[in-house]
Amino acid sequence: MIYLDNAATTKMSKVAIEAMYPYLDEIYGNPSSLHTAGQQANEALTDARARIARLFGCEPREITFTSGGSEADNQAILTAARIGERAGKRHIISTAFEHHAVLHTLDKLAKSGFEVTLLDVHENGLITAEQVAEAIRPDTCLVTVMYANNEIGTIQPIAEIGAVCREKGVLFHTDAVQAAGHLHINVKEQNIDMLSLSAHKFHGPKGIGALYARKSIRLESLIEGGAQERGKRAGTENTPAIMGMAAALEAACANLDANAARMIALRDRLIAGLREISHAILNGDAVKRLPGNVSFCFEGIEGESLLLLLDDKGICASSGSACTSGSLDPSHVLLAIGRVHDIAHGSLRLTLSEETTEDEIDYTIAAVKDVVEYLRGISPIWRDLCSGKKEFIIK
Amino acid sequence: MALYSEKVMDHFRNPRNVGVIENADGVGEVGNAKCGDIMKIYLKIENDIIVDAKFETFGCGSAIASSSMATELIKGKPVAEALALTNKAVVEALDGLPAHKIHCSVLAEEAIKLALKDYYEKTGADYDHAAFPDCAACGHCCDHHA
Repeated sequence: MIYLDNAATTKMSKVAIEAMYPYLDEIYGNPSSLHTAGQQANEALTDARARIARLFGCEPREITFTSGGSEADNQAILTAARIGERAGKRHIISTAFEHHAVLHTLDKLAKSGFEVTLLDVHENGLITAEQVAEAIRPDTCLVTVMYANNEIGTIQPIAEIGAVCREKGVLFHTDAVQAAGHLHINVKEQNIDMLSLSAHKFHGPKGIGALYARKSIRLESLIEGGAQERGKRAGTENTPAIMGMAAALEAACANLDANAARMIALRDRLIAGLREISHAILNGDAVKRLPGNVSFCFEGIEGESLLLLLDDKGICASSGSACTSGSLDPSHVLLAIGRVHDIAHGSLRLTLSEETTEDEIDYTIAAVKDVVEYLRGISPIWRDLCSGKKEFIIK
Repeated sequence: MALYSEKVMDHFRNPRNVGVIENADGVGEVGNAKCGDIMKIYLKIENDIIVDAKFETFGCGSAIASSSMATELIKGKPVAEALALTNKAVVEALDGLPAHKIHCSVLAEEAIKLALKDYYEKTGADYDHAAFPDCAACGHCCDHHA
């Protein structure tokens, strides 16, 4: 099996599994218990928190453990909204191609009287700090812009946006789910006030994540109960998962540059190979993109059948077509960068990991070429395009 | 539990009757690219019998499988029987489709009906116009009849 869906989730690393094991087995105490078994677990949590904080250049108390990226996004946005509300500020700025964890939370706020400005995304999948600066108003309480896009991999100018927000005194949150462990992040240097991350995107376990929030920000609790996480997130901590996350993140950050260099070379090899297919287009900027992300649209075919046939050839991939999203519309990300419906239905996302090999990439290029050619061969649209009855959208 | 039945996967992986019939007696095309599926069905009809049926489909796995199965179900049958083919029969023959994919079978039924309508019009035969609704309750997006 060739697994090229690492933006969906990753295989757990050996170090992460090994780091979890003692806490599934011997050290099972509740970190809130006063006895030795509990205190052992509590010490482990303190240690994990400090190690994670160090990797982002913040203080341990600024890290709150959550169930993952979605919860962290929800908590960050609702926190900023409550802070804004108290100051009479009810305007939030975001982008049209955020993850649904952000967009749906913003929809909810819009229904309760907040005004949301979604910035247009340029065709290359980027927004600019100038766009953010122009959109900020006296009543803006939050700017939330994803660090790197999950579908097309484009990396936003986070430090520049952070600087604009700091200068204007507006809170800045970034969903860094795709970036953490893959790109260098320093929350202080980049003026990030809140940041969400999820462990299973960097070879850690599923169901665990973290929210960084600058210490002056009083987080709004989404789950009421005990006093865990300084009262900001009730519920007994998932000690094994937290230990796995810390170990996975440390390993990812320790090898970040070497991993990125290897993956970028393979990514660009894959992009070059797929560009040989006619009437195909790369989604997102070719350079300002995640080391492991490749996203294409192929004219004249539909994404789900492409995925199923690639799966038959042993390749795990993903698509933003309507049929794969379970809705009538294709991916909002592809629509946001200006891909029309006809084209967005024929999208393919391949996301690499540190373990992806050159042989796998070459096999994948050949397989995609075969499958695209086959599906075009049975497509009435392709016939109309080739006969000149319809005009190609992708030249 | 997989998304599709073995039958659907078989017809998707090895679609029957893919292709074009030159100088077909009836051609029907439904769907549009915006919605993500287009089906085109070609019929060869002799003495009121469908002697050959072929299709081209742009769409997901179930759209391709539905076209394949629908053409299988009408091949060798009298026109009246093909006209009576329902999407439900296609779904049953495929051992079921997921709820959000039922519209694919509706497209197949519609494409065949349109191809038969085209046949009637080409031959100048008298036919019951009411048997060809403009757009069946396909539950998909509109503007189907390209």
